[in-house]
Amino acid sequence: MDAAHEPAKEIAPASHEDHVPAAHDMHLGLYLGVGGFLIIATGVTVLLSYVDFGSRSRNIIIAMILATIKVGFVGAIFMHLKGEKKTIWRFLFFTAFFVAGLFLLTLLHFSDPIFNTGYNHH
Amino acid sequence: MQIPYEIQARPDTGLYNAKLGIWLFLASEVMLFGGLFSGYVFLRMGADPGYWPHGLLDVRIGALNTAILIASSVTVVLAWASLKMRKFRDYKLWMGVSILCGAIFLFVKLTFEWPVKFEHFGAFIKKDALGHYEQYLGNAHLAEKKLDPRVEISGHLHEVEIQAEGVDHAKLETFLKAHDLEAKPDAHDPKVLTIEGRHLTPNVAAKLERVPGVKVEAFVLGLDPVNAAPTDPESDKPHFWYKGPTEHLGKIERKDIEFYSAFAPKHSPYFAIYFTITGLHGLHVLAGVIVMIYLWLPITGGANMFRKNPEHLANRVEVVGLFWHFVDLVWIFVFPIFYLL
Repeated sequence: MDAAHEPAKEIAPASHEDHVPAAHDMHLGLYLGVGGFLIIATGVTVLLSYVDFGSRSRNIIIAMILATIKVGFVGAIFMHLKGEKKTIWRFLFFTAFFVAGLFLLTLLHFSDPIFNTGYNHH
Repeated sequence: MQIPYEIQARPDTGLYNAKLGIWLFLASEVMLFGGLFSGYVFLRMGADPGYWPHGLLDVRIGALNTAILIASSVTVVLAWASLKMRKFRDYKLWMGVSILCGAIFLFVKLTFEWPVKFEHFGAFIKKDALGHYEQYLGNAHLAEKKLDPRVEISGHLHEVEIQAEGVDHAKLETFLKAHDLEAKPDAHDPKVLTIEGRHLTPNVAAKLERVPGVKVEAFVLGLDPVNAAPTDPESDKPHFWYKGPTEHLGKIERKDIEFYSAFAPKHSPYFAIYFTITGLHGLHVLAGVIVMIYLWLPITGGANMFRKNPEHLANRVEVVGLFWHFVDLVWIFVFPIFYLL
């Protein structure tokens, strides 16, 4: 029967032959758990920003480590990078390499590696 | 002609076309945001002591929006899982919740977060005049605690005092009428006119300065808590809960001001990079919401595709989900670097 004439029923896919995973195969609990962890970790980030770790740079480093852990979970679980194909990992390796290069190029400004080329105001 | 590997994965890479495409696109997005974040590092490391502000953003709003984005990341993944399990109604529900979360994020940003900044007054004080404003800046107290000095006084603009002499009254009247403002002679000094009104924003004050003959003498503010009680230990750090401007009035002479404006991009490198990064991120949220609405609406919403080939729709949702998680991931860095640190 044509599903369009029965709006009350669930729309049925045409192909019934494909393998349909059950709820426990889809790791729904894992997704909810990671979501809960990320929200709690956000609260922890806020609280830690009011703790004095001795210097502002230490606070920054701690917050960035926590943010990286959170991002790791988003990537590994939500974006399915855990167990993802080699091609994708290859893309990400090159991206990480170039983005690190981009940061380093910016930071070179502060180290002035080529002697006496920095503009001096005085 | 049927395009190959639109639905089924290519045997050698194990990927279908759209998945390969979205990951290449996300790699370019990493470079785009990476460039902006390195710009942030550059501006912050290069800022003179006191010129990188703290505690100007509302942590409550930032934390709320972070939680909303994380929740929407979970619901997008649940929408995809529902399609994998061939449960179309569950898919519609979870996708609907994701769209709602994205819309709430943008609503909060455009209603509670940005507009107040365009009305907030902030003035950088000239270096040689900082001592005159010690009661608002508390720099002796900060030096004792080995903290960076304060160089800015901010708050809600109450009045602008201008010289009464030499004013082109006709032009001033026209300006005041156009901006719904009033001019009153000062109670203590007959040489001064006080301009006030509900619509007196920093932008209007800057326009007032350009009216022929107008010479601004001073600005009167309802000071922000940090300037109202600068030696209070609570003001040493960003506020846990943002408090608006106080009733405590402070006066800043125009001649002592290096630069003043609303908390707009031109105000400081901080607000420039804040609006650039959060603005670009906001555009990404908007784009994600539009694509999710396309995959959700009854007309375009994939019911037909689900009947013909549910795996095709699941793939599309997986791809928009990957983009959405990336948007969430960027915000996870944006929140601490602008709101907390």
